[in-house]
Amino acid sequence: MKKSMKKLLSVTMAIAMVASLTACGGKSNGTATTESKTESPKASGEGSFKIGGIGPITGSTAIYGQAVMNGAELAIKEINAGGGIGGAQIEYNFQDDEGDTEKAVNAYNTLKDWGMQVLMGTVTSAPCIAVGAESSNDNMFQLTPSGSAVDCTKFENQFRVCFSDPNQGSASAQYIGENKLATKVAVIYDSSDVYSTGIHDKFISEAGTQGVEIVADEAFTADNNTNFSVQLQKAQDSGAELVFLPIYYSQAALILAQAKQMGYETSFFGCDGLDGLLNVENFDKTLAENVMLLTPFAADAKDELTQKFVASYKEKYKETPNQFAADAYDAIYAIKAASEKAAVTPDMDASAICDGLKKAMTEISINGLTGENMKWTADGEPDKAPKAIKIVNGVYTAM
Amino acid sequence: MMSFISYFINGLSLGSVYAIIALGYTMVYGIAKMLNFAHGDVIMIGGYMVFTVVSTMGLGPVAGVLLAVILCTVLGVVIEGVAYRPLRMASPLAVLITAIGVSYLLQNIALLVFGSNPKSFTSVVTIPALKLANGKLTISGETIVTIISCVVIMICLTTFIKKTKAGQAMLAVSEDKGAAQLMGINVDGTIALTFAIGSALAAVAGALLCSAYPTLTPYTGSMPGIKAFVAAVFGGIGSIPGALIGGLLLGIIENLSKAYISSQLSDAIVFGVLIVVLLVKPTGILGKKISEKV
Repeated sequence: MKKSMKKLLSVTMAIAMVASLTACGGKSNGTATTESKTESPKASGEGSFKIGGIGPITGSTAIYGQAVMNGAELAIKEINAGGGIGGAQIEYNFQDDEGDTEKAVNAYNTLKDWGMQVLMGTVTSAPCIAVGAESSNDNMFQLTPSGSAVDCTKFENQFRVCFSDPNQGSASAQYIGENKLATKVAVIYDSSDVYSTGIHDKFISEAGTQGVEIVADEAFTADNNTNFSVQLQKAQDSGAELVFLPIYYSQAALILAQAKQMGYETSFFGCDGLDGLLNVENFDKTLAENVMLLTPFAADAKDELTQKFVASYKEKYKETPNQFAADAYDAIYAIKAASEKAAVTPDMDASAICDGLKKAMTEISINGLTGENMKWTADGEPDKAPKAIKIVNGVYTAM
Repeated sequence: MMSFISYFINGLSLGSVYAIIALGYTMVYGIAKMLNFAHGDVIMIGGYMVFTVVSTMGLGPVAGVLLAVILCTVLGVVIEGVAYRPLRMASPLAVLITAIGVSYLLQNIALLVFGSNPKSFTSVVTIPALKLANGKLTISGETIVTIISCVVIMICLTTFIKKTKAGQAMLAVSEDKGAAQLMGINVDGTIALTFAIGSALAAVAGALLCSAYPTLTPYTGSMPGIKAFVAAVFGGIGSIPGALIGGLLLGIIENLSKAYISSQLSDAIVFGVLIVVLLVKPTGILGKKISEKV
């Protein structure tokens, strides 16, 4: 009797556990749908373009996804208020992929069911490559604001707003060389990550021609990305004047903290992956003082377009926009310009729109937040000049 | 030479964290004969507890660590009572799967409560770094505290087991559960005590780990947990000095191979060494040969 009571109890416990698990699942689904934004104009229906967006709203790169979601939303609101694309309003639906390839493909399918005609996304490289395989099959026009890996524009239907990884690598080497920031440079990169290796490889090959000597070239992997004492020690011993960090901000925050722990003072230079550093929860901003990063967008730039964008972004989302928000904003305006050039209409199907946009993208030139006179090649690469910014007193400052 | 000393000391510090975590694995295995794969996630919960108390509520680091120790102790006992005790008579495989289940449960609860964005951890160590040899060698406060904590914990634990009645009961239960019960030892109580001690140590390890490598995500505990498990096997699972030696060796090998062989291959080298050790000495460095009872 006692034994059967015990069995009964454990069965009940097991059921309770499963129930609580499904409850968790249900809840997280709930937040995902409330977090994904659907921007539909009042007069929706036949005459509106359906633009889908995919990116990480949660997860370790959530800062990027949220910025893209908001930046694009801002641009769409402005366009809708100004009469839409060739008179047609835009409907907008943004789905979370948590920076995960599988979830990105699921999000893509969800958006297709919703009736998406143009895809603005995805935000990070690996999901972008995964979604690209699907979107090229469907001949769905895809413009990624920030997917920088080479393969993000592998197919004809894919374009990007940001620089590709190799372009960032060579631009960084050129910037360091031309501005005489350092002659001896140490590199710490993530050898298990496509973004980081892409920049790293090109940087190393380009450094020699810029009079920059690589004195330490250290790697880490995704499974071993918390202890950087050895890499930093080697950089210090090599006498490097500058440490180049072609990595994402979560590891960079750790590297900065550990450099301080070991009393290593040097300058750090990174690429767009460092953007978001100042938004890490509980991060000591003094650690990031004087960190430089290559980015096409600085929120304190004096031109009218940037100031207007920053003001309305701050008003709506209560924070200073980063370059991902700017990339997304430009992406939407590029879609608008190309759509008008190709004279596509909302009643066309996604494939027909894609054919029109593919051709029109190489013919347009827009003045965006991330570059003046941005043009695109048929390979999907943007043509614009790189800029660098520095973190001073906890804010981005143009260099 | 200075950099070698620096690599070595950093490895010692990393190894000390592994050793403290490995203690939890080795004690539970020695006494309950089960692998508690949720141990790494108790570390993560400890880390979040310290983070909440120190950074969100604004209390001191000592209060943070104390509260984390208390919470993790309770958590360890609850996990044992709810998930493992009903399976005491079940096959070891069932218990192992349950442990993996508990591990995912803890990770997902943390994901739900704290979100997956990484949080920057404020170090609980406030003592300044030690500068030696005209500033050529800097030993951070975290490193010093970690190594000292490891030594103190080891001494206390060994004394506890040798000198106290509860410690002797643990030894007896690990020797022969059935005979211990016949001798009037409360086996369930002793196992619960083991989980309590192991989880309290996990909280300390969490605070030290996150102070030295200041980031916190729901997956913070998984990789150190696996490495510490390897350390426990390396030193001889079930043996407390074995956990210490295994942990320290693992940390030092990892850091030195990172420094002198390849920073990308360090994990491969660590696990390669484990395979070699187990081929030569299947019970680990200090492991006893136990004849399996059927």
